[in-house]
Amino acid sequence: MSATTELNVHNPVEDLLRQDRIPTIWCPGCGIGTTVNSFVYALMKSGLDLQKVAMVSGIGCSGRVSGYMATDSFHTTHGRAIPFATGLALANPELTVVVYSGDGDLASIGGNHLIHAARRNINLLVVCVNNMIYAMTGGQAAATTPPSSTTSTTPFGSYEPDINLPQLVDAAGACYVARWTAFHVKQLETAMTEALKKKGFRFIEIITPCPTLFQRRNNMGDGLAAMKDYKERSKIRHGAPTHEVAMIPGQEIIVGKFVDRERLDYLTLMRQRLGERYQEWIDAPPQQEEETGKENCDLC
Amino acid sequence: MIRGSVVVVTERCKGCGFCVEFCPTHVLELSSAFNAKGYHPPHLLNAEKCSGCNLCGLYCPDFAIYGYREPTLKTAAAAPAGVPKKAEQEASNAGDR
Amino acid sequence: MPVIDETTTAPFKRVHADPRAVLTGTHFINGDAAACEGALAAGARFAAGYPITPSTEIVERFAARAPHVGGLFIQMEDELAASITLQGMVWAGQKSFTVTSGPGFSLMMEHIGFAAMTETPCVFMNVQRGGPSTGLPTLPAQGDMMQARFGSHGDYLTIALVPDSPQECFELAVKSFNLAEQFRVPVMLMMDECVGHMTEKVVIPKAEEIEIYPRRHASKPPGEFELYKTGEDLVPEMAHAGEGYKIFVTGLTHDQRGYPLMNAVAQRELVVRLFEKIRRAADELTMIDEDQIEGADVIVVSYGITARVAERSIQMARAKGLKVGRIRLQIVWPFPEKRIRELAPKVKAFVVPELNMGQVVLEVERCAGGACKTIGVPHPGGTVHKPAEILAAIEKGVRG
Repeated sequence: MSATTELNVHNPVEDLLRQDRIPTIWCPGCGIGTTVNSFVYALMKSGLDLQKVAMVSGIGCSGRVSGYMATDSFHTTHGRAIPFATGLALANPELTVVVYSGDGDLASIGGNHLIHAARRNINLLVVCVNNMIYAMTGGQAAATTPPSSTTSTTPFGSYEPDINLPQLVDAAGACYVARWTAFHVKQLETAMTEALKKKGFRFIEIITPCPTLFQRRNNMGDGLAAMKDYKERSKIRHGAPTHEVAMIPGQEIIVGKFVDRERLDYLTLMRQRLGERYQEWIDAPPQQEEETGKENCDLC
Repeated sequence: MIRGSVVVVTERCKGCGFCVEFCPTHVLELSSAFNAKGYHPPHLLNAEKCSGCNLCGLYCPDFAIYGYREPTLKTAAAAPAGVPKKAEQEASNAGDR
Repeated sequence: MPVIDETTTAPFKRVHADPRAVLTGTHFINGDAAACEGALAAGARFAAGYPITPSTEIVERFAARAPHVGGLFIQMEDELAASITLQGMVWAGQKSFTVTSGPGFSLMMEHIGFAAMTETPCVFMNVQRGGPSTGLPTLPAQGDMMQARFGSHGDYLTIALVPDSPQECFELAVKSFNLAEQFRVPVMLMMDECVGHMTEKVVIPKAEEIEIYPRRHASKPPGEFELYKTGEDLVPEMAHAGEGYKIFVTGLTHDQRGYPLMNAVAQRELVVRLFEKIRRAADELTMIDEDQIEGADVIVVSYGITARVAERSIQMARAKGLKVGRIRLQIVWPFPEKRIRELAPKVKAFVVPELNMGQVVLEVERCAGGACKTIGVPHPGGTVHKPAEILAAIEKGVRG
């Protein structure tokens, strides 16, 4: 089922989707798919070799993104997409490694890895889809859930302060930090395109609706209501100091590109430090086979 | 004026309404027809005002709609109002209750 | 049973080590260092780890050696990260491993399960120490043996090897990587603090004499290749990121394409195959060092450092005229059930000394099936057995 008809019209996004797995599992009005559109266009515009793109996700609704993309996709364990992606990026620096996962996965259980990958400036783009809840498991509170929110584990309203992700990642040393919402489809595409072309640890937070759990339980309407709310309350402040961009319910959502700096990435630092000690390795030509398939039959 | 149209993959639509809301020329509305899952996919209400900007496609979380600009249209007359023939048939089979 | 297509996968080939990575020669090094050299000889140039006594020396040495072979060691922020960073390295096309001890082994369990589920070939080296919990960081034990088999949740099989000397740390490290590639499983190299920290002569042969199993790569082009489709040996070929195969790797129950398929039918097909690919190779995976089994009244079954103490006990017993045989397990998992079953009716007792409160002895007793006695010689660790302790058990076994 595709959008190609006898009119010769083709939705280019479909080229990068595993169409045999669409429709997605996401709820009506969920914003994750919207972010994927921006990302796919950004990939195409970046000029990168798409064969070398590896998507890594963790567990959660946003973690399902890697499974829908027609790239090398890794659906790893909860919170550990970043260390897995680190392994890919270090062992094959030709890969373009993108971590696409949710706020709970990346910042709660995965928080430690987020901090250290940013500190090390590992060459990764991390797209953090922030719907302020643990959606997949039924709507539990996350580190990003605004105080007073009703969730399944805070039935009387959350009393934990929430975290300011851009500030955290900035403090840890990321070289690119931006926040947009799912409403900002074009700005997001631009941000993703420029982030894809940059080296080092890049972080894009995308505020996204979770209509079924976050919106509904807090009487905030559906996904569309959230998108309209983002449109109303968002204020673009490029270069804003990240300690000023905390999300406060009812107040402005500060969006924009907050941090864009040059820092040497992990492998560059390593090579500089090691100097001549580091010897390039070129795989030896394939050897003559010593054994044949006959040995295999001994297993029968 | 730049003209365009949309293609709707009705069976993917979940009726979220993003496309209708964020279309800059307000040419879409959710139809009264529904797909196999019971959602109401969009259709072009004011086809002549569609610029083919594809904002609807960018917003759609389900990859169920795509806007295109006129130059890719083979002939202006051949274009139905944005709903592919097969989907239109399915929609009318599903009934308009 | 899984559908088997004999023509699906290419035959498995073996090659020899790359001389650039092999420290050929006679060395006086400890087990940790030897294990590191074994990893390098096997072709591992990338590793991720986290410091934990008494395993740290393995990666300290690797950190110094890796740049010379164009590789690297990254010390991750914790074992949770290390145990999956190495798997990212594997899926990028490299052989990789990590090292740890008890507390870290526990942290790594989720990702050992992930490796088993995704069939990621890799090696986890556990230099066991006193436990439970923080226990005895600098003193030996063998208390993680059952954990090596059952540590992660759900049903899966791993392979676990146990060296008894620095020389074997080298040899079994190489074998660990080979088995990982051959069976597409995480392999546990279960050392202990004694073997890891003891310094002995280690002879590293020429690269041409070291047999290596390289990554068995997809033999079909993208579009035709399915990531988890297998042939007769039930082991899939592998493709890596960046090769155009658009692979999909997930810890969810999946079909032959790797796509999540979460129903009972898919579960049966997948999990049964994960078991069968190892079970059907039970004979090949039996690696035991036997001595004077014929006519023995008692057979001592042991592994690792305990086997060296047991050797002394056996000498003492034989000096008293007792007929004692020895089985030293070099591969503990899969457990050599067949051998124990066939020997049980022929002996009066198995004596199983271990540096734990009784783990592998449970397997021996299970397989003996009551055909003979099984006498465990447990020890909570911290030091090795006294030979007299094991001798006492041997004598008890002979008396009946």
